[in-house]
Formats: sequence, structure tokens, C-alpha cells
Amino acid sequence: METIQNFQILWYVLIFVLLLGYSLLDGFDLGIGSLLPFLGRDKEERDTLIHSIGPVWDGNEVWLITGGGALFAAFPQAYATAFSGFYLAMMLVLFALIFRAVSMEFRAHDPARAGLWETALVVGSGAATLLFGVALGNVIYGVPLDSRMEYTGDFLTLLRPVPLLFGLTGLAAVLLQGAAWAVMKTDGALQQRAFKAVRVLLWVNGAVAILYFIVMAAAFPGLPGRPLFYAGVLLTLLGLVGLFFSARKRNDGAPFWESSCSFIGLWLVAGAAQFPNLIKASNDPRLSLTIFNSSTGLHTLKVMSVIALIGMPIVIGYTVFVYRIFKGKTRPSDSY
Amino acid sequence: MSALLLARIQFAFTIGFHFLFPAMTLGVTLVILISETGYLIKKEERYRRITDFLARLLGLIFVTGAATGLTMEFSFGTNWSNYSRAVGDIFGPLLAAEGVIAFFLESVFLGVLIFARNRVSPRVYWLSALLVFIGGHLSAFWILAANSWMQTPAGYAVDTAGKIALTSFADAVFNPSTHVRLIHTVLAAWMTGAVMVAGIAGYYVRKGLHGQTARTMLKIAIILFALTPVLQLGAGHMHAVEVINMQPEKAAALEGHFVTSRGVPLYAVGWVDTAGETTYGIYVPKLLSFLYNFDFDSEIKGLRDFPKAHWPPVNLVFQAYHVMVGIGMLAIALGLLGAFLLVTGRLYRTRWYLFVLPFLIPLPHLAHETGWMTAEIGRQPWIIYGLMKTADAASVVVSAGNVLFSLVMFSLIYLLLFVMFVMLCVKLVKQGPAS
Repeated sequence: METIQNFQILWYVLIFVLLLGYSLLDGFDLGIGSLLPFLGRDKEERDTLIHSIGPVWDGNEVWLITGGGALFAAFPQAYATAFSGFYLAMMLVLFALIFRAVSMEFRAHDPARAGLWETALVVGSGAATLLFGVALGNVIYGVPLDSRMEYTGDFLTLLRPVPLLFGLTGLAAVLLQGAAWAVMKTDGALQQRAFKAVRVLLWVNGAVAILYFIVMAAAFPGLPGRPLFYAGVLLTLLGLVGLFFSARKRNDGAPFWESSCSFIGLWLVAGAAQFPNLIKASNDPRLSLTIFNSSTGLHTLKVMSVIALIGMPIVIGYTVFVYRIFKGKTRPSDSY
Repeated sequence: MSALLLARIQFAFTIGFHFLFPAMTLGVTLVILISETGYLIKKEERYRRITDFLARLLGLIFVTGAATGLTMEFSFGTNWSNYSRAVGDIFGPLLAAEGVIAFFLESVFLGVLIFARNRVSPRVYWLSALLVFIGGHLSAFWILAANSWMQTPAGYAVDTAGKIALTSFADAVFNPSTHVRLIHTVLAAWMTGAVMVAGIAGYYVRKGLHGQTARTMLKIAIILFALTPVLQLGAGHMHAVEVINMQPEKAAALEGHFVTSRGVPLYAVGWVDTAGETTYGIYVPKLLSFLYNFDFDSEIKGLRDFPKAHWPPVNLVFQAYHVMVGIGMLAIALGLLGAFLLVTGRLYRTRWYLFVLPFLIPLPHLAHETGWMTAEIGRQPWIIYGLMKTADAASVVVSAGNVLFSLVMFSLIYLLLFVMFVMLCVKLVKQGPAS
């Protein structure tokens, strides 16, 4: 029993890291997509913004695909319950991600309808971000479950205030991540506008994050006793304070890392509240799906650990290599 | 309609649509790897132009494939949650491994292939082409291992609670049908890419466009078009023998074979009257028995040996299989003819052949779609052969209304994607390789 529990904890951490990696990396893509009409005033500026994420968004989305696969492989009961239970919400996420994915490529090949594809990019990016946050909020805050681990609520159950606050917090963090990426990858008037967005979003994030921390501490009585909670709060506040000074000094490199730091803090608080649950049962805590009652067998977890612990460092290695190829300001020649 | 039937229709539609794109991806990345290798060695501009043109085409193909592939990963949880609960031990790791070992590699280096021609050295660019090619094929490996496990499960044990547990990862991955299915599918994908590129290049050559670049592109594509269907004949044969051995009721359905007997014929075309347990059509006597183990009198099991409840829809499987085989035979003839014209120096002048090539582009797609139908419908009523019924696999909490809604949405969205994809491909082809 002792060993399988170690692997169950390891896999909770690994999936946490995959989803965190997804939110930081695809976060800036989704942020750029959502902010496109606010940052890019003309076609040339919007071209630059889209080209800044063009070469990398595909790879970033694989963090989600791998996270989903890992959830299936390690905790299939949670994967099955959440995806079937939140059916309509999941379909909306999927449709949003489909439009987000094709919009950039179609826009480049189809200038006559560029406006339409830009709309698809903005709506797809924004909707996917918001819905991800709401879905995550629901599994952490709790949903009604029955004794067969099936979800017993409906679509409207998902739209309660606390999960919606998760959605807003995530959206704010992703927008900031996008604005900070724009600051790093652009210059001139576009960069000035991105700095302005960072300064506005900084305060929005501060306000939403504080509300999120208070609500979390109130909703999860055990949370204020967990060190990870304070580590998360501290990271978020440090990130945002650092961002405040970087934005004043017009530092174009640091904001992305400070925004990421703030985002990681939000995740740590969510993880501190969730662990060891995967999907909390709001009707009866004994019906919750935890890492201990929802996992695959020891053999599967061991095989997966070998694959992940050898494979992911290699993935991170070549991802860094490719990001370095596209280092620096986005050039007009980085186009399709 | 029941939620189960709607979920099956939705899965068939979304996987059938999705598969169009990975098949093109694998084939086109092969051509890109060949042309970029040519560029690295010979440093001739025509090779670079071919790569750059096909990389732009690949961008369109890949992104549509990735977007519709996401649907598949969602669908196991959204629509087939009982299946997911049962097979998390085995099916989950294969999907996760695909992400870690394959899809990351393909997606990350695709960015270099499409955007970084001017940012990296020719060697790094070539390496990216190679890694995209390897990543795509590793992806195919993991996904086909997962599919093969549903056809010929291995490396598992069913515990007292009825849960399927992994006992050997290697046995599960390299189950009895993984190798043949991988070879068969990859060859089909290469043929799809070869015919697509041949169609485009054939059009250019016939119209006198893009000179040497178009002729080189055609040459590469025709060589692949000549090789892949011939190799496929061998791979298809191996696969058929494997099916006769491992899934005899599916094999019997392929040929509408009802009574276990020796000297079994092979149908060219036909019609199966399942209720009357009779198959009509044009056939070659004793050929199926001969192909099975090169003995005209070998015994092939008939459907009557199995309970009727375990029969797949026989005529549908028969027809799908024969369409696939028919296209394969046509491809062998046309591919070899192309090679003959190339060798005799007449390829670039034979206008009727060049004229026909673009019209062949849909054919490999039709072949691999009917091939998948054969494999998947032929496995019914099982979702995991002999282990779990499709009827027991669907999500219990998802209503028919919900699936109908998503099915309508998928139909509309995929129709839009399809129209845009074809339109933008045509536009890209008209622009041609940049000079």
C-alpha cells in the first residue's frame, strides 16, 4: 500500500506540473489571442502579435494533450467523471480550442477573411481560458457525485460563484501572461500599448487574486494550516510587486517571468486546497474522487513514471532549444 | 435515436474526419524529408523550393489534424467514460506516451520547419524535418498500438472485480496486431502523401509551370507512388493473415464466408445476404485459402462457427473491405505505370497521365477510410475484442440530447474546416512554390 501511495502522489505532482506548464506556455498564446484587438491597432501590429506565438503555440498545446493523457493514464476515474459529467462545458472548450487552432493558419492563408479569423482567435482563446478555469474551479470546489463516481449535477451547477471566480482569476492571469509576452516580443508603439496593458492587468490581477485567496481560505477550512497556501500567496504577491517595478522601469524581459511567478502562486493555492482530492464531492465528502481511489494499478503507474521522468526532461530540453531559435523581438520575416 | 448510437455516429464521424489529416501529414513529411535531404546534399534551389512549398501545405494539414485530434482525446472521456474507467491501466498510458514521446517532438519542430528557414542553418533545418518526420511516425506507432490493443488485447489480466489490469507493458504495446497494422497504415499514409504531391506536381508539369522544381517534385512523388502500393500488397497480405488467425469472425465477414470449409474463394466484387447467409458475386475459386497459407485447400473458419450475436454487420464490412482492396489494385497499376513512364523518359510528356493525377488525390483517402471501417466495424459488437462490448462502453450520464447537440456542432464545424481546408489548399497550389 505504501508504494502505490507514493506513486499516486508522484502522479498528482506530475499532472499538476503538466497543467501548470500548459497554463504558463499556452497561457501567453491564449492571452495574446484574447488581447489581439486591444493591443494590435492595425493589421501589421496584429501580424506581429500572431507571429510572436505562431511557431510555438502548437508545441504549447501539447502540454494540455499530454496532461489529459496523463490524467487518463494515472487517474482514469477522474478523467471519466469530469469529461462525461461536464459534457456540454467540455464540448464548448473543445470547439473554442478548435477555432483557436485553425484561426491563425487560416488567417495567414485567407487574407480576404482575416477579420473573421481574428474574431475566431479572440473568442476561441478567451472562451477556452475562461471555461478551463471554471472547470478546474468545479473539481476543486466540489460537485455533486453519486456512489458510482458519476456527476449528478447539470450544466448550470457548473456556474456557481466560486468556480466562476476561478474562471475570472485564470482569465486575468492569462491576459497578464499574454501582455507580458507582448512586451518581450515587440517594440515601438505596440510595445508601449502592451506595457499599458500590463499596468492595468497588474491591478486587475492583484484585486482578483486577493479575492480568490480570501474565498479559498473561507471555502477550505484546512487551507490556512497548509504552508503551501502561504507559499502560493507569497509567490503571487512577489510576482505582482516585481511586475509593478519592472513595468515602471520599462524592463521588457522581466514581466513575463514575474507574471509566470504570480500565476504559479495561484496554482499552488489551488493545489493546496485540492490535494489529495481530484474531484471533491460537494454532497458527501466520502464520495470524493481522490488520488487514492481513482488511480490505475501500481504497474501502470511505474511504467508511466519511467516514461515521464526520462521523456519530459528531453521534451523540456528541445523546447528550450527551439524557443532560443525564436529568441528576441519578432521579425516581420517570421511569417508563414 | 439512443445516446449510444449517436455517440457511435459521432465517434465514427470525428475519427474518420480526423484521420484524413494525419495520413497526409505522414506522407507529406516523408516527401519533405526527401527534398530537404536533396537540398542538403546537392544545394540546388529546386529542392529548397519543394520543401518550402510543402512546409506551407503541411502547416494547413497539421493544424487541422491537431485541432480535430484534440476531439479524439476528449471523446474517450466525454462519450466513452465507461470504456475509459475500464481501460485506464492500458489505454491511458499509450495516449500519454504518445504525448511525451511523439507529439511534443513533432509539434515543437514543426514550428522550426514552417517559420525558421531564415533563422537556422541548413543542417538544423534538415534535422527539424527529420524530427518532425520521426515525431509523426512515433505518434502513429502509439496510437496504432492503442488501436491494435482494442483488436488483439494482450499484456493484461482481469481481476476479481472485473477490472482490466496491466501485466506487461511490452506485451500490451507489441500485441499481435501492432506491427502489421503499423506497417499497413504508414504505407497507406505515404501513398496518400505521394498521390497528393504527384497530383499537384502533375498539374504544374502539364501546365508548364514551375519548370525543374515541378518535375523534381513529380519525380519524387511518382517513385513513392510506384513503391508504396506494391509494398502495401505485401503488408496487406500479412495483415489479412493476422486477422484470419486472431479475429476469425472478422476475417469471415471480409469475404462473406459463412460455412467453415476448405478451398475458399476470393471475391472481386459481391453482395452479402446476411439473413440468407449467402454471398453473391464474382470470385476466384480457392484463392482465399491459397492466400492464407499458399495451400489451395487450407481451411478458413466461417461465420456460422460463431454466435450470431458476435457477427459484425457482414455486408458493410465486405463492401468496405472490397473498396479498399480495389483502390489498392488500381494504385498498383497506376503507380507502376508512372514509374514506367518515368524510366522511359515520357512521364513529363504523357499528358493524359498528368491530367489524371490530380483526380487521384481522393482515392488513397477513400482507401484508408474504408480500411478503417473494415477494421473497426469488423470488430463489432466488441469495443475491445472478446473483452468489452461497445454497448457497455458509453458514458452513462450523457443524454442523447447532449450528444445530438455536439454531433450537430461537429458536423457544422467540420464542414467549415473541410471547405476552408480544400479552398486554401487549392489557393496555395495556384500560388505554387516561390521562385
